[in-house]
Amino acid sequence: MRTPSQPPVSLPGGGRRRLVRSLIVVVCVAYVGVLLLLPLVGIVVTALKPGWSKVVETFSRPDVQHAFVLTGVITVIAVVVTTVFGVITAWVLVRQRFVGKSLLNALVDLPFALSPVTVGLAAVILFGFGGWFEPFFEARGIQVIFAVPSMVLVTIFICIPFTIREVVPVLEEIGKDEEDAARTLGASILQTWRKVTLPNIRWGILYGVALTIARSIGEIGAVLIVSGLIKGKTETATLFIFTAIEERQTAEAYIVALTLAAVSIVLLVAIESARHRIEGRKVRT
Amino acid sequence: MSDTAQITIERSRTRLSPRSAARLRRYTLRGVALVYLGAMVALPVIAVITKGFSEGLEGLRTALAIPGATAAIRLTLITSTLAALINAVMGTMLAYVLVRYSFPGKRFLSAVVDLPLAIPTLVTGVMLVALYGPASPIGGFLDRLGIQVIFTPIAIMLALLVVTLPLVVRSVQPVLQELDDAEEEAAATLGANGLTTFRKVVFPAIRVAIVGGTLLTFARCLGEFGSVVLVAGNRAGETLTAPVFIFQLANQFRPIEAAAVATLLFSISFVLVLVTARLLRRKEDDA
Repeated sequence: MRTPSQPPVSLPGGGRRRLVRSLIVVVCVAYVGVLLLLPLVGIVVTALKPGWSKVVETFSRPDVQHAFVLTGVITVIAVVVTTVFGVITAWVLVRQRFVGKSLLNALVDLPFALSPVTVGLAAVILFGFGGWFEPFFEARGIQVIFAVPSMVLVTIFICIPFTIREVVPVLEEIGKDEEDAARTLGASILQTWRKVTLPNIRWGILYGVALTIARSIGEIGAVLIVSGLIKGKTETATLFIFTAIEERQTAEAYIVALTLAAVSIVLLVAIESARHRIEGRKVRT
Repeated sequence: MSDTAQITIERSRTRLSPRSAARLRRYTLRGVALVYLGAMVALPVIAVITKGFSEGLEGLRTALAIPGATAAIRLTLITSTLAALINAVMGTMLAYVLVRYSFPGKRFLSAVVDLPLAIPTLVTGVMLVALYGPASPIGGFLDRLGIQVIFTPIAIMLALLVVTLPLVVRSVQPVLQELDDAEEEAAATLGANGLTTFRKVVFPAIRVAIVGGTLLTFARCLGEFGSVVLVAGNRAGETLTAPVFIFQLANQFRPIEAAAVATLLFSISFVLVLVTARLLRRKEDDA
């Protein structure tokens, strides 16, 4: 990469330009530092101040352990559902033409426009007391609202766009040529899918999965409304933080929050490397 | 999915001609996509809209008559606008710096800018409480200066700015990367100063991306809950935002009023998100 910082000829005001340049960089770094790095350092210091024993104590609490397990379960289900159906939907959006396709496209973006609170509210309206589907599940003895099923549903809703929006551009870019070639050479649909399409969209899918995981483990607004906050039952890690802060158990809240932040940051590194691979691919083709 | 495909293939061997098998496969996949988005996205949204207006405009009127309701919506609109404008400027600057300049720590800065995409919004709120709360050194220091951050609109602004930091950057960055810097160098060689070069050469090329990212930021702020709920204090008429207000209504078993306000809010942001998607897509087509 060339450095555009030196103009070919020494221009009048070149020194000033360099000064302006450094000033802009300083402003940017200061903005990100104060806004983001400072709070991040703040939580690390605050969470670890009571010492390691407090960390051990927090993680040996049964309700904390249960909260993390529940977050894990919800995340795994959300990832599986949004990935499988997301890839199918992306495929249909890219490779098929039909009436109403633009409407379907708009539906994909819809969860981005909705407040998580609204999503939770929708679940209450559908499954809650007097809800549209309440009699159906009531009759079968299935508890949806104030239970794990509704928490899974709202998480899926919120994560729907990620995989689709990551896979669609990749599918568009690779085009149909390789797939057609494989088919012409006698590969079955499944073989073509496994050997040609999947390797091509692999990084797009992974990027989508990483975003989905990050969003699922952090979801609060929607889950808060539908969970009913039943301790040891419907309490996820984020809900634990929420109630712990309300009950002024701040030390525990900070430790759990720091853990979630750490998991997310590890994920982010994975996302970044995935994106570098994708961009490397783009350069190659 | 592989099961359906398998079945389809077997059928094609026994009963169907290859062409009708292909059609069946196509319709099956399309049906799956339609049912998925229909049941998981359209249905909940329709539920909220129909619930909110099940009594006509009465639900909205009752909701807005609640003390603090209009103040909450006004606060959300104002803070979202401010946050969107600030991050439009700072995001563009960051994108420019990350693409055009080289300086030590650039990769680190780039990674940090992405962090809010990963960090749970509630954790962002907790971070702000930990940093600016009365118990922290910084919070205590600012308190002695007479500056309250936590439980004031300042905290709401900070939360929104952190959470939406990557949006404009990530929308502008790829466009800048595609843009050849030869034009900028030519302008500079011809004696244009930095500001003129930016205004006449760079800005026209990234304008659409900036607007797109800004609208997305605004839409995101309108609905933001996790980072705001802990730091705002949620006092009606003062620091209660619209999403928290909807949350309170839902908790008080007033789904009609909650749904009415929610519909009002997301119709604004859905239009914005759609416009954004259009803008960005058109930009891609141009390029």
